[in-house]
Amino acid sequence: MSPDSALAAADDDWKSEVWRLLGEVRDPEIPILSIIDLGIVRFVRGATRAEVRVGVTPTYSGCPATEVIRRAVEEKLARAGYLDAAVETVLSPPWSSDAITPAGRAKLIDYGIAPPAEAVSNPKRLFGAARIECPRCRSAATRLVSEFGSTPCKAHYTCTACLEPFDYFKCI
Amino acid sequence: MSAQSDLAPGADARLHYVLRLADTSLILGQRLGEWIGHAPALEEDLGLANIALDLIGQARLLLSYAAELEGRGRCEDELAFLRDASEFFNLTLVEQPNGDFGYSIVRQLLVAAFQLELYEALQTSADRRLAEIAATALKETRYHVRYSASWVVRLGDGTAESHARVQAALDELWPFTGELGAEDAVDAAMVAAGIAPSAASLKARWSARIDAVLVEATLRRPSDSIYPWLGKRGVHTEHLGYMLAEMQFLQRAYPGAEW
Repeated sequence: MSPDSALAAADDDWKSEVWRLLGEVRDPEIPILSIIDLGIVRFVRGATRAEVRVGVTPTYSGCPATEVIRRAVEEKLARAGYLDAAVETVLSPPWSSDAITPAGRAKLIDYGIAPPAEAVSNPKRLFGAARIECPRCRSAATRLVSEFGSTPCKAHYTCTACLEPFDYFKCI
Repeated sequence: MSAQSDLAPGADARLHYVLRLADTSLILGQRLGEWIGHAPALEEDLGLANIALDLIGQARLLLSYAAELEGRGRCEDELAFLRDASEFFNLTLVEQPNGDFGYSIVRQLLVAAFQLELYEALQTSADRRLAEIAATALKETRYHVRYSASWVVRLGDGTAESHARVQAALDELWPFTGELGAEDAVDAAMVAAGIAPSAASLKARWSARIDAVLVEATLRRPSDSIYPWLGKRGVHTEHLGYMLAEMQFLQRAYPGAEW
């Protein structure tokens, strides 16, 4: 192995460690999801491990979790020895619910939250109502109670089959 | 009005323009926040609070940018909490008191429909930062329009009482919408620089969108007023001062206090 490629391998090592650590940072509002599941981590950069910069995009511009997540990331990385790690806010392109990973969607259902029903990028979403399934009984006989739920990213639904109310992660 | 504006007249048109957008979101967000714990149902309490949160979030992004443009070392909080009424450049419409739920909902629709057209157009702004903020805000604003439009239809096409109340709200608030299409030197400079869309074009699209909702809601569109409201130039109705007195109290009484 040439010195150059050894250096490159070491470089990959710390970056993958940072990605792994970020996978342990939970969303404070929906703790079942990591920030990786949520799809809000845009990049891990830095010439050396002493200059780590993590790009994070906010979900909603007013989401109070954004600040908490920033601190959680810095604390997580500091504990692992990345003392000068910095979090940068990335606005563009804006976050979309399409960025939630398949693993994240499965976790949401287990947690009792219906995941976004359709791709925001899909033009068909403009026609007709989405099929939103109850996360408990899987019935599609559900009814919107309110466009807004317990957090900005969720709407409030109720299942007319099993009668359970549930949160629906909005398509945005 | 305070005798002296801390913001130099003729200061950078871009700074002025960004403050208009920021203050419109901030003041409406604060107004909606007054509903928390008072809305007619829990769902509406959450709905209004969530919209307020989105608006204050948008205001933070815009005020941070304004602070950078100003270049005097002030931060977003100082711009929000330490400016006087005459240094606020929000649309006059958003500072109007809440009234009843129907009144607040009509005001919300009138503003959100305008912000929707505005953010849609700003996505292609020559100012990259504004374009980025607009792209995020647009997604949120779509929900605000959907929420308020559906309520205006329910109330307008509802009982005789609800219909009469939202029609009265519409009649009272309509004169303030003249400001949506008004353009001054700041707007002209922004349009010329490819930063902002023309207010007239926004107003036309806004008008068509509002008309469609009013028809469904069986409401009558009031006639336009020629009175030139000047909130975005720092001349406000008396309501803004009272509102700021409450909003800014803590920072004025305990300068630098932190949460």
